[in-house]
Amino acid sequence: MTHILLITFAISLIYMGIANRLSTYINILALQGIILFGLSFIELIQINTLNLIFILFETIVFKTIAIPLFLTYIIKKNNIVREAQPFVPDFFSVVIITSIILGSFILSNIVTGVHIQKMFFLVAISALFSGLFIIITRKKIVTHIMGYLVIENGVFILSISAGNKMPMLVNSGITLDIFVSVLVLGVFVNRIGNTFEEMSVDNLTDLRD
Amino acid sequence: MFGYYLITGFLIGVVSMLNRNRMVRVLLLVLFLAIQTAMTIYAYFHLNMENAGYFRFDALGIIFMCVLTLLSYTTIYHSFIYLQHRKDSSRSQSFYFAALIILIIVMTCAYLASHIGIMWVFIELTTLSVSVLIYHERTPLSLEATWKYVFICSIGITITFIGIVLLSIAMEESDVIEFSFKAIQTKLVQVDPSWLKFVFLFMIIGFCTKMGLFPMHTAAIDAHTVAPPPISAFISTTLMNVGFIAIFRTYSMFAHTSILHWMNNVLFACGLISIIVSAAYLLKVNHLKRMSAYSSIEHMGLAAIGLASGGIGYFAAIFHMVLHSFVKSSLFYQIDQFHRNFRTYMINETGNYFKRNLPGAMVFLLILIAIIAMPPSGLFVTEFWIFKALFFSSHIIIFILALFFLTICIYSLAKNFLFILFNQTKDLLPALENPDPSETYSQYFLLALVFYLGINPPAGMMNLIHDAVSILP
Repeated sequence: MTHILLITFAISLIYMGIANRLSTYINILALQGIILFGLSFIELIQINTLNLIFILFETIVFKTIAIPLFLTYIIKKNNIVREAQPFVPDFFSVVIITSIILGSFILSNIVTGVHIQKMFFLVAISALFSGLFIIITRKKIVTHIMGYLVIENGVFILSISAGNKMPMLVNSGITLDIFVSVLVLGVFVNRIGNTFEEMSVDNLTDLRD
Repeated sequence: MFGYYLITGFLIGVVSMLNRNRMVRVLLLVLFLAIQTAMTIYAYFHLNMENAGYFRFDALGIIFMCVLTLLSYTTIYHSFIYLQHRKDSSRSQSFYFAALIILIIVMTCAYLASHIGIMWVFIELTTLSVSVLIYHERTPLSLEATWKYVFICSIGITITFIGIVLLSIAMEESDVIEFSFKAIQTKLVQVDPSWLKFVFLFMIIGFCTKMGLFPMHTAAIDAHTVAPPPISAFISTTLMNVGFIAIFRTYSMFAHTSILHWMNNVLFACGLISIIVSAAYLLKVNHLKRMSAYSSIEHMGLAAIGLASGGIGYFAAIFHMVLHSFVKSSLFYQIDQFHRNFRTYMINETGNYFKRNLPGAMVFLLILIAIIAMPPSGLFVTEFWIFKALFFSSHIIIFILALFFLTICIYSLAKNFLFILFNQTKDLLPALENPDPSETYSQYFLLALVFYLGINPPAGMMNLIHDAVSILP
C-alpha cells in the first residue's frame, strides 16, 4: 500500500510538470496532502497517540485544506492570470522531471551502508529536485511558493521514513515554522501583488550590480 | 533561568508591539537590555551548564552572545536616531522594535541551543523576524529584497532539514534518539563515510545562506542593500555569526570521523570561491552598502578557510568573526550618517566627506585601516594566523590564491573609501544636515575595541576561545 501511495506521489510530480492552470497545481498539492496523510497513517501507527494525532492533523488540516485554500485566495485576490507560464515547453519539463526521478532511483541504489527504505528516499529526493526545477522554470511568484511546498512534502516523506524519532516539542516547532513561513511568503506575495501590476519575477530584477 | 529569560523577552516584544507611547517604548527597551545583559553575565558564570532542557552555556555560544549583547546596545541606539530622522509613525516604530527584540532573543537561542532540531527552529525564526525589519522602508526595492531573502533562506533551511533527517536515519535506533550535539558526535564514528559526506553537504549548503558563503551568498547581499543601516549592521555581523556557529557545530560534530579531510576540502572551496566572488564584484560595485556586504562575504570566506586549515586556524576563525562583527557594525552605523549627509548610497555621486563631516570621515578612515587588516588592527592578527595555519597545513595553492584575491579586495575597498573621503572634483549639493558628532562616539568605541583586542586580548576571552576549540582534533 505504501508503495502505491509513493508511486502516485511520483506521478503527481510528473503531472505538475505539464499542468497549465494554477488551479491544477493547487489540486495536485491537495492530493499530495491526502497521500501524505495515508502514508503517515500506515507508517506511524505504532508511535504514541498524541504525536500521531498531531501529524495527521497537520497533513489533513494544513497541507490538504488550509494551504490550498490560502493559495486560491491569493490568486483570486490579486487577479493572477490562471496560466502557469513556464519558461520551457511542457515536453521538456516532463523529460527533466522524469530524468530527475530516474537519477534519484540510481542514487538510492548507489547509497550503501545505511539501512534506509529506498522507495521513500527515492521519492523524497525526486520531490526536492522537482520542486527546485518548478521554482526555476516558472514565471509567476505564486508558483515559487508551490515549488517550495513540493519540497516540503518531499521532506515530510523523508521524515516519515526516519520513523518519527524527534521529541514532540521539536516536531511541533518544526511544523509551526514551516506553516508560518508559508504564511509569511503569502503575505509578501500579496504585497508584491499590490505593488506591481503583474506578479511575475520580471518585476524583481532591480537589485543587481 | 533561561526559560524565564525567554518568556519575559517575548512578553516585552509583544508589549512593545502593542504600545504606541514613546516613553513606554524607551522604558521597555531599557528593561530588555537589562535582561539581556543579566542573562549574558549569568551565562558567563555558569559555563558548560545545561539549562532549560535544550540549551547549554558552552564557550562558543557565550563568546558570540557577549558580542550580540554589546551590539544590541549600539544597534538600538542607532535605530532610535534612524527612526527619528525618517519621521516614521509610532505604529511602524513599534513593529520595528518588537521585531528587533524578537530577533535578538532568537539569535541568543540559536547561539546557545545544544540540540540540533532546536537550533534549526531558531535559525528559521531569525529569518522570519529579520524579514520584518528588512521590509521596514516599504519600498518596491525592499519588497524585492525581502522576498528574495525569505525565499532563499527558507529553501536553504529546508535543505538543512533534509540533512538532519538523513543524519537521524544514519543513527538508526529503535527508541527516541538523543539529538544533542554531544550525543550525535559519539555515535557518528560507526556510520558509513559516504553517507556522512552526503549529510554534511546538505547541512552545510543550508547554513551557508545564513553565513553568506559561496553557493548561497546572494540573499544576504540584497538584504544588506535595502535594510535600514542599523539592521544591515545586525545582518552582517550577529546573523552571520549564527551561520558560523551552525557550521562550526556541524563541523565539530563530524570532525572525529574519517571524512575530516574531505570536509576541509569542501570548506576550502566554499571559502575560496566566496573570496573570488567578492573580489570580482568589489571591482565594479558602486553602492556603498553593497560594497560593505561583499566585504562581509570576503571575511566569511576567510573564516571558513581558517576553520578548514585546522590548528591555530580554528582559534583564528572565531577571533576573526568577533572582531569583524565590531568593525562591520560600526561601518553600517556610519553609513546611516553618510546617507543623511549625501542622500544617496552611490559612491560616484559623493566625495569630499572629510570637509563635510569630519568625525564621520575619521570613522571611515579608521574602518578602512581596520577592515583591510592593516596593523594595528586586530584583524591583522587573525588574518596572519589564518594564513599561518594555511601555510603549516601545506595548502600552498590556496594560500597564494587567497592572498591574490584578498589584494584585489583591499585595492577596491581602499579606492572607494578614499574616493568618498577626499575626491574634490565634483560639484556636490550642500549637505542637507550635518549629523551630531556625539552620534559617532559608539562607533569610535567599537573601533577602539577592535584595535585594543588585537594588541592586548583579555585572558578571559582567550580562555573562552581555547575552550571552544578544544573539542576539535
